[in-house]
Amino acid sequence: MILEKIKEKFGEAVLETHSFRGDDTAIIVKEKIVEAAKFLKEDPELDFNVLIDLTAVDCLKLDKPHRFEVVYHFFSVAKKHRVRLKVPLTEEDPVVDTLTGLWPIANWFEREAWDMFGVKFQGHPNLQRILMYDEFQGHPLRKDYPVSKRQPLVGPQN
Amino acid sequence: MIEKNTDTLSMGFFTTKVNDIVGWARKYSIFQYPFITACCGMEYMSVACSHYDIDRFGAGFPRFSPRQSDVLFVVGTISHKIAPVLKRIYEQMTEPKWVVAFGVCTCTGGFYDNYATVQGIDTIIPVDIYIPGCPPRPENVLDGLMKLQEKIQHSKQAI
Amino acid sequence: MFLNMGPSHPAMHGIVRLLLELDGETVVNSDVEIGFLHRAFEKMSEQGGYWQVVPYTDRLNYVSPLINNFGYASAVEKLFGIDITERTKYIRVIMSEISRVADHLTCVGATTMEMGAFTVFLYMIKAREYLYELVEDVTGARVTVSYARVGGVKSDLPEGFKEKTLKALKETRKVLIEVNKLITRNRIFVDRMKGIGVISKEDALGYGITGPFLRSTGVDYDVRKDQPYYVYDRFDFDVPVGEKGDNYDRYLLRMEEMEQSMRIIEQALEQIPAGDLNVDMAGRVIPAAEMVDEAKMGHTSGLIQLEVTADPTLEGGSERFYDNIHACSKKMAVPPKEDTYGNIEGLMNHFKIVMNGHGVRPPQGEAYFPVEGANGELGFYVVSDGTGTPYRVRVRPPCFTIMAALSKLIQGGTLADIIPTFGSVNMIGGELDR
Repeated sequence: MILEKIKEKFGEAVLETHSFRGDDTAIIVKEKIVEAAKFLKEDPELDFNVLIDLTAVDCLKLDKPHRFEVVYHFFSVAKKHRVRLKVPLTEEDPVVDTLTGLWPIANWFEREAWDMFGVKFQGHPNLQRILMYDEFQGHPLRKDYPVSKRQPLVGPQN
Repeated sequence: MIEKNTDTLSMGFFTTKVNDIVGWARKYSIFQYPFITACCGMEYMSVACSHYDIDRFGAGFPRFSPRQSDVLFVVGTISHKIAPVLKRIYEQMTEPKWVVAFGVCTCTGGFYDNYATVQGIDTIIPVDIYIPGCPPRPENVLDGLMKLQEKIQHSKQAI
Repeated sequence: MFLNMGPSHPAMHGIVRLLLELDGETVVNSDVEIGFLHRAFEKMSEQGGYWQVVPYTDRLNYVSPLINNFGYASAVEKLFGIDITERTKYIRVIMSEISRVADHLTCVGATTMEMGAFTVFLYMIKAREYLYELVEDVTGARVTVSYARVGGVKSDLPEGFKEKTLKALKETRKVLIEVNKLITRNRIFVDRMKGIGVISKEDALGYGITGPFLRSTGVDYDVRKDQPYYVYDRFDFDVPVGEKGDNYDRYLLRMEEMEQSMRIIEQALEQIPAGDLNVDMAGRVIPAAEMVDEAKMGHTSGLIQLEVTADPTLEGGSERFYDNIHACSKKMAVPPKEDTYGNIEGLMNHFKIVMNGHGVRPPQGEAYFPVEGANGELGFYVVSDGTGTPYRVRVRPPCFTIMAALSKLIQGGTLADIIPTFGSVNMIGGELDR
């Protein structure tokens, strides 16, 4: 039902949908994400009033045309259903519009996604590192960041 | 530590060395600074509370000011982000001071061999006692504390 | 005046830094800095097999590690598309609830300690010690348990578990009554908690807050009730909700939740069925070679009723000979330690599962599984690329969202109000920073 409504509303902008293991998922182009999130939030039948999670996946080692996927999980407290939206981003232009205007929690989630993956959120009020320190170079959860490449502030270097 | 001279003991006093008596006093009046970051804090709580009761060993009084404490308990993983803070706290403590590495993360980094974690706090500050375990059991901690007391007793006291 | 609170502050458990802008004693503005315990859980998960993530999940929310264990295991099970046995479901429920009680005990105890009531902390930790003993009996460890296995649990409940649990619950209730008498109507305590750290329903939802914190505002969302997993729909328990969304409501709510958790444990202990723990052992069709292996290990009971299929190669044990063939695994779960150390088949079985390039592989895809953690909805999002290593493991940390709202909670209050508010957030560094 949820996926049909999204497909009906956004048509071409929905690249793909699936319900693997019962998790409704729609892959949507990045230009439409704010609009789609607003639709999910405000449509009375869908009523997704909570942004449960926002994260990213680095698809470097997956056989996919894009480099990053930003993954949104929405939940409706009243209707008790969930949906997942995914936005593919290319390596050259990892920028997507921010959701901070709709949910305040998007602020921290997006900062984390920026910190860990280097995905930029356009229109974000304070896009700074949140888990790592400012001196840190690179984005650790990218697949091409070596797991033990340390950048100590004090003590011996590596 | 007490020199076995039955004559003086029977008269109600004993002789000892200044170094020994100061060490004896110091080891039973440990003011500890618990620098708690992570999981080991749960076991630190257990040790500090009534069931295991660290107070029996004269170390029951946590001071949260580095200037008033003489043993730094580093409890839990130290990441590179918190490492400068730890170093600064250590530098703020007054002599004599000792450091206990509580838990395997502080000893060696544990199984967090990655970009974020300091591979043992001894790369940053000197450590006196290592208590391994992930987290160490309370009995283990008390054993470590007793080892520290032994070390305090036998070291040359700066007076 | 600007004041820097933390990262190592006496009245805050956990390391977090608050930058405060004060006008007299009133907090005008604040900034919360986190990340001091970031130890790369998500990166480490991508290094080994699916089984090797379980110990890392212990150390996410180290106050209630069992819930994290089961949350991760369930997410992977969902990805694999397997169902676990009845007995395992009950064990998971019982252990989760024990963990939840321990978590709330620690939270309330630590909050009151930071406000000066040290007695309560001592009482609460005394009760927690009883629960830790139970956990140790079952799992072999006090805090970092690694009890969950994908497709089951590590070991069965020990003998005499029921009696010991009931005794521990009795002691816990005694402590809760004492604590109730001590602080629930204590003037100082009430004055510092009531009307402090208030958050509205709309704000709480906007910040994605779940768990006791959301329920204190009057929204009765609890994953256990609303999207029941395991066997939570078979128990009779209430989800307490607050009204005002202040610290005092959250305190009362946590006290009540402990009582409800204990009710669930008691019911589960009554209902728990006998049977196997790990899937693939419960009377499924197994190849002939495996039957021989089973018999060698002395597991002969029930074999006679099993339907046996002949191995097409007539040799047995040739599955997964070619790397690209997704043969069904011999077992989903790692065999019990007695078998691993006790006989060659168990050892081989163990190695087959844990060795790099072997083991079972999930299909390509992704799964999100939410459980009700002690702080709110704890979700694991696992992405698989079809190999034996998770491609990405994401944990949705419940207290991350609450910490995001902390600035809002303390704004306009006094400096001293930060302490009870921060206590009721129940910030757990491992979960917040991962």
